Amino acid sequence: MKQQIIISGIGGQGVLFATRILAEAAVERGMEVLTSETHGMAMRGGTVISHVKVGPFTSPLIRTGQADIGLFLHAGNLEVHRGFLKPGGVIYMNADKDGDAEAIDATRIAREHGALVIANLVLLGFAVRQGRLFCDAATVEAVLNRISPDKQLAMNLEGFRLG
Amino acid sequence: MIDRSEQRILMGNEAIGRGLVEEGCTLAAAYPGTPASEILSSVVAFAKETGVALHTEWSVNEKVAFETALANSMSGRRSAVAMKQVGLNVAADPFTRAAYLGVKGGFILIAADDPGPHSSQTEQDSRLFAHFAKAPVFDPSSPREAREMVAEAFALSEKYEIPVVLRPTTRVCHARQNVSCRTPVPREQKACFEKNPGRWVATPQFLTEIHRLLNGKLDRIAEEPAFNPVLVPGGVARPRTCIVASGVAFAHTSELLDTLGPEGRIDLYQVRLAYPLHQPFIEEIRKRCEKVLVLEETDAVIEMQLGPSGVNGRGSGDVPRQGELTPDVIEEILRKFLDLPAAPAVSAAKKGIRPSLCAGCGHRAAFYAIRETFPAGIFPSDIGCYTLGMNFGAVDTCHCMGACIGQGAGFYHAYAAGGADFPTIVVTIGDSTFFHAGLPGLINAVFQGARFILVILDNATTAMTGHQPTPQLGIRADGSAGRKVFIPDLVRACGVRHLREIDPYDVEAFTAALKEADSFIRSPEGDIAVLIAGHPCIVTRAARQTQAVFAMNITDVCVGCRACIDAFECPAILFDAEENRARIDQNRCIGCGVCMHVCTTGAIKA
Repeated sequence: MKQQIIISGIGGQGVLFATRILAEAAVERGMEVLTSETHGMAMRGGTVISHVKVGPFTSPLIRTGQADIGLFLHAGNLEVHRGFLKPGGVIYMNADKDGDAEAIDATRIAREHGALVIANLVLLGFAVRQGRLFCDAATVEAVLNRISPDKQLAMNLEGFRLG
Repeated sequence: MIDRSEQRILMGNEAIGRGLVEEGCTLAAAYPGTPASEILSSVVAFAKETGVALHTEWSVNEKVAFETALANSMSGRRSAVAMKQVGLNVAADPFTRAAYLGVKGGFILIAADDPGPHSSQTEQDSRLFAHFAKAPVFDPSSPREAREMVAEAFALSEKYEIPVVLRPTTRVCHARQNVSCRTPVPREQKACFEKNPGRWVATPQFLTEIHRLLNGKLDRIAEEPAFNPVLVPGGVARPRTCIVASGVAFAHTSELLDTLGPEGRIDLYQVRLAYPLHQPFIEEIRKRCEKVLVLEETDAVIEMQLGPSGVNGRGSGDVPRQGELTPDVIEEILRKFLDLPAAPAVSAAKKGIRPSLCAGCGHRAAFYAIRETFPAGIFPSDIGCYTLGMNFGAVDTCHCMGACIGQGAGFYHAYAAGGADFPTIVVTIGDSTFFHAGLPGLINAVFQGARFILVILDNATTAMTGHQPTPQLGIRADGSAGRKVFIPDLVRACGVRHLREIDPYDVEAFTAALKEADSFIRSPEGDIAVLIAGHPCIVTRAARQTQAVFAMNITDVCVGCRACIDAFECPAILFDAEENRARIDQNRCIGCGVCMHVCTTGAIKA
């Protein structure tokens, strides 16, 4: 099994945490994993992207036109990062309406539950439940149980289940 | 054999930190800087987790970090110092002498490069710097390999009593991978400094001989069989041809050749020790191959040692001489080298959103007041979050750590030459940057009679790199308490007579202080005025909880003049083009209330 995933968003939306969850989920399933992240100045509200490569890869970066799945936390990034997806690649997007992607209004759902910061988990939950990602919901919940700080565990699980 | 170690997902920097703890490092010092910042915090975390006692510190700058770690090594103890590539420029003085005099306990310098660059002011190659300083340098291609190279670097350093460089790049530092974690092996490392003035003091009369010995060490290291580049054989399809790669460029190349299938079959060598390059390998390649492609970041370090002629690389124009070697760039080079059809052209992607100071950032308030008060001013600034002040015209220069103060003085001398009138020069520098390299500049500027306003943007942390504490906070890297060193005391001790401390959220008071400072620098007895703009970084939850929260909204009085958008650039204020008016994005607004001062019609209300 090989899968290449991009997670696109803007600094502060929790792209790094979503990346870490997917990487840990790979290990949970006994798979090799490589990721690449954006740190530094771009984290101050700029466009950020993570690459997640599950399976026997050596390079941490995804080439243009090679990603199987794209998670977009910020709809405006579609024009920036769509090129990473292969023809027929699947896009899960945080947006209030379906366009050419499967969409969920993760920001609204997260705000209605009083915690905007879990929008990343709402989108991740939605994506996992569509069944195309390498991992299932039980695996991700096991990861959340293991890596969430005690105070945030309940909120993280709730966010993931809302998606 | 069963791998009994625990598999964990580690970022490259965490893998390096883990390696340092497992391999018996007794002192690790660093100054934060992307992409190296997480190395020291990982050392702290893993030491705590495994019960290892070692000294860790966020030093005031890279030079001090280097020298502290060096003396620990001279005492026979394993030591490490970590920094970003431009940090090595600051530590250049101790570094360039270190290989000459050598070390005792294993000494690793981790210099993280940033091809691209993603978060740096140059694309310099620390392997070239290591070559210049005559220190061996490892070039890891993955987090796992970076971890393993920590062990090799310590062993090499101790065998030859030489400082060893580990040079990861952004794509290794900020990659994550499953890495084996082992239990640290305790080793006896009692401090034992053996006096030897001919070595540790080494006046010029000793240096030629010391240099001869160093050259001998490097010659012997170049013969070490362990550093013979590793061959990934490609079969017989392409005889007398090979690719030599290092670092993450090797990782990209290896994967690309795999995806090319039979057409990608070619001998591929991975260079792990980039300098000195294995001498028998150089001879073998020169003898055996007619066509050699070298892929490395960012300069031609391996190419230079393999060549100079007969190599396809930067010198021949086959590899770009600037920018990151991404998989897309490497694919193009490979296809050309292997005589394969070019990959389909990719249409350029739209540019993303540029970064901006956070909603509620105290720097924004200070910058707004500075630019509004002195529309014709010159604004030298520095390195940190506050460089983003350039987005709204409040930052005119950014050069290197601490440069803004020397530049502020230089602008003054340029304009005031021959007694001419000079524009108001407002220099902005962060608290951590001020400690790092601002102090000598301030002493010099005071003594040389420069006249400008220095605004120290004190957010009580090193925000950009992940909130490392400064000496003024009184918290050390491991969380223990240190004696606080106060910025106002330092400013006064530099000879500054005009000093004010104001919270920039109070735009009126801060503006008044700027005007008062301008009168002071222009008065007969005036020189430098210093304002400390103190407001804690609001990314910290604790800081946000200490300040008043206003429920902001924009009323129908808004005329759509865009002043709050263009001159203030708060990410929580959006422009509604359909209705030609500004709106508050309640998802992002933290209720600081500063934007009330910005609105030209009084439409922004709390």
